[in-house]
Amino acid sequence: MRVMVLLVLLLLPLAAPSLAVQPDEMLADPVLEARARELSQGLRCLVCRNENIDESNADLARDLRLLVRERLVAGDSDAEAIAYLVDRYGEYVLLRPTASGSNLILWIAGPVMFLLALAGAGMYLRRRRATADEPPRALSEAETARLREILGK
Amino acid sequence: MIAELGHFTLILAMAIAALQAVIPLIGAQKGWRGWMAMATPAATAQFLCLGFSFAALTYAFVTSDFSLRLVVLNSHTLKPLLYKVAGVWGNHEGSMLLWVLILSGFGASAAWFGAGLPPRLKARVLSVQAMIGVAFLGFIIFTSNPFLRLAEPPFNGEDLNPLLQDPGLAFHPPFLYLGYVGLSMAFSFAVAALIEGRVDAAWARWVRPWTLAAWMFLTIGIALGSWWAYYELGWGGFWFWDPVENASFMPWLIATALLHSAIVVEKREALKAWTILLAILAFAFSLTGTFIVRSGVLTSVHAFANDPARGIFILAILAVFIGGALTLYAFRASAMEARGVFGLVSRESALVLNNVLLAVAAFVVFVGTLWPLVADLAFGRKLSVGAPFFNQAFTPFMVLLAVILPLGAIMPWKRARIGQSLRPLWGALALALALAALTYVMQTGRSVLAPVGVVLGVWLIGGALGELWHRAGRRTVRLARLPRADWGKALAHAGFGVSILGISLLTAWDVEDIRVAQLGETFDVAGYDVTLANVERVDGPNYQSTMATMRISRNGRLVAVLHPEKRLYPVARMPTTEAAIDNGVWRDLYLVIGDPQTGGGWAVRTYVKPFANWIWAGAIIMALGGAVSLTDRRFRVAAGARKARRGAGAAGIAAE
Repeated sequence: MRVMVLLVLLLLPLAAPSLAVQPDEMLADPVLEARARELSQGLRCLVCRNENIDESNADLARDLRLLVRERLVAGDSDAEAIAYLVDRYGEYVLLRPTASGSNLILWIAGPVMFLLALAGAGMYLRRRRATADEPPRALSEAETARLREILGK
Repeated sequence: MIAELGHFTLILAMAIAALQAVIPLIGAQKGWRGWMAMATPAATAQFLCLGFSFAALTYAFVTSDFSLRLVVLNSHTLKPLLYKVAGVWGNHEGSMLLWVLILSGFGASAAWFGAGLPPRLKARVLSVQAMIGVAFLGFIIFTSNPFLRLAEPPFNGEDLNPLLQDPGLAFHPPFLYLGYVGLSMAFSFAVAALIEGRVDAAWARWVRPWTLAAWMFLTIGIALGSWWAYYELGWGGFWFWDPVENASFMPWLIATALLHSAIVVEKREALKAWTILLAILAFAFSLTGTFIVRSGVLTSVHAFANDPARGIFILAILAVFIGGALTLYAFRASAMEARGVFGLVSRESALVLNNVLLAVAAFVVFVGTLWPLVADLAFGRKLSVGAPFFNQAFTPFMVLLAVILPLGAIMPWKRARIGQSLRPLWGALALALALAALTYVMQTGRSVLAPVGVVLGVWLIGGALGELWHRAGRRTVRLARLPRADWGKALAHAGFGVSILGISLLTAWDVEDIRVAQLGETFDVAGYDVTLANVERVDGPNYQSTMATMRISRNGRLVAVLHPEKRLYPVARMPTTEAAIDNGVWRDLYLVIGDPQTGGGWAVRTYVKPFANWIWAGAIIMALGGAVSLTDRRFRVAAGARKARRGAGAAGIAAE
């Protein structure tokens, strides 16, 4: 996928595709490596289209992967490593937008819409039931006459 | 010469569509039968013209006519025939031609099979369908003409994007378009009903088969795309929440809601206005999808034509049609008075809840997809909304949907009691909980996703079976005599369960191994012994390949010999990875060969992907359910009535 990645690759003279995470990038400590993978999946490859750095083949993604690992080896916590990247590349790098400021709208849009929809549906359903609870209207004179006629009485 | 004829019939089709948009509409208003009847032959003629036009373009691709600009840009003489044909729609202009061909195809089938429709309604439906046709034919002819010639044709073409040279992706767009465009029928019926100011059970019965067909195609199209991503992109991801994927997913969600609400209109004559609104929204999302893909507003992988002029044209189409339909809706919706009455606990209420969940889920996807644009324009924040957001914000609604589904599906209309409805489902519920508990104990301390997925998946599948058993009165012989609609419903709901099982178990238990392997080296991945036996250069028809031979065995027994490849397409100067997959019911073994390493050996990735095929199997089962439901007696009975009426109709016209 990721035409953009491939375009970037093509800037190199007929480069062979390099796969996402390379064996030489990986950290010896499996715990740190697992954390790096986890973090990488939430970070955007900046020159790609909607692709995280863990999956991307772009050179920049590789640099970012190495950077994340460097920070983790240096003893950063997950949050510190992320903050380090956001400081340098802006919040564009986060695939999971923070729930701060105007982004709150994004995060609460779904739940609020759900509550509104539930309220609307509830009102509709109560109205339908209210109609259901009405006792059936008695037949009018004309209807009674017609009924007698049909029944042949 | 043939290309010119194709070009000519394309323009002719637009002229016919323009007539078909106006004359039947006036006829319906004034009650002139001859004017109304004009819609049927016009729809046929329009379809034939576009069919010829499409065939002409296909001919140009197959014969590699490099005097056509489009063929030069997207084809090559060495390309296999299948991809020469697929190249017709593997680009913007050709895919738009396919789009209008399918649009006119739906219009023509409504004309042929719609003899049972009231003539006024039919004339209006075909007229609205033709209006959409005019807009998109104008779009093609004025901004993206596929028949442009080159003054000096080159000797060979520039080849189709190698990623698109794949059987899965060759058929992905046609199915997707059948789905997108099929929703135009629901839209046309909705607008026609608004013009008439009347929606009744018969209307719902006419509109449902079209929606069902569109939904089926959309389901298959999305599944094909996801399957392609899984095996082609080299790490086994199956859904990326990419703007273009979302563009196909939103109409699917709304179409699913529409299918269910139309049942309420058909059976109970309630939810009429809401159903009309859904029909409009479903097509609105289809058009939005087209807009997103074609305009490049939200850059994404699939967007093959980023051209602002085209974007503005489509935005204008979107504004006119959806704006117009919604305005009409605002004036006429109040005329759609509900007739059916029902209690708070009833099938009707369950379907309302289904609609709330599906519509809100679609809303979440919509907001998430457009948020980067809104944040940039309104707040000046450049940010990304990616998979982690969607997984978190979208999933709860699907979980809720799965929880209520089996119960809601079994409830009787009008008034139900939860305890009573739950009785045939106790078995499914107990099984689901037991299996989930087992899963939880067995996997000790891994993702909670697996047990949750198991409980929902088994509850859905078991619930669907339990409902069939219950409806058959617990007698095997009666199962075969159940209406096909019941079978279709059970299949579709069970398919949803199968997909949920696949998605959750694959996500929870995926095993990955990345390493440098020397030739002849054997390594262990999750109990499988993988050997890198050989790596060699192989030449394909239009590519060069680095092909590995890898053996996988388990406990000394050979499981599979696989050949993962890395390909280079010299014409397009593009490399691709071809993963090798050993498919299985319980797991896929997924191998990828990488680069040679400086110290010797090759980078190799090995994945064990449990339950992967369940994801797409579930989608296929869902689509199959739609197909079974489509053959239900009540639609066929309607077809019989049509034939009878057709005879009468022909006599009527002759008498005129």
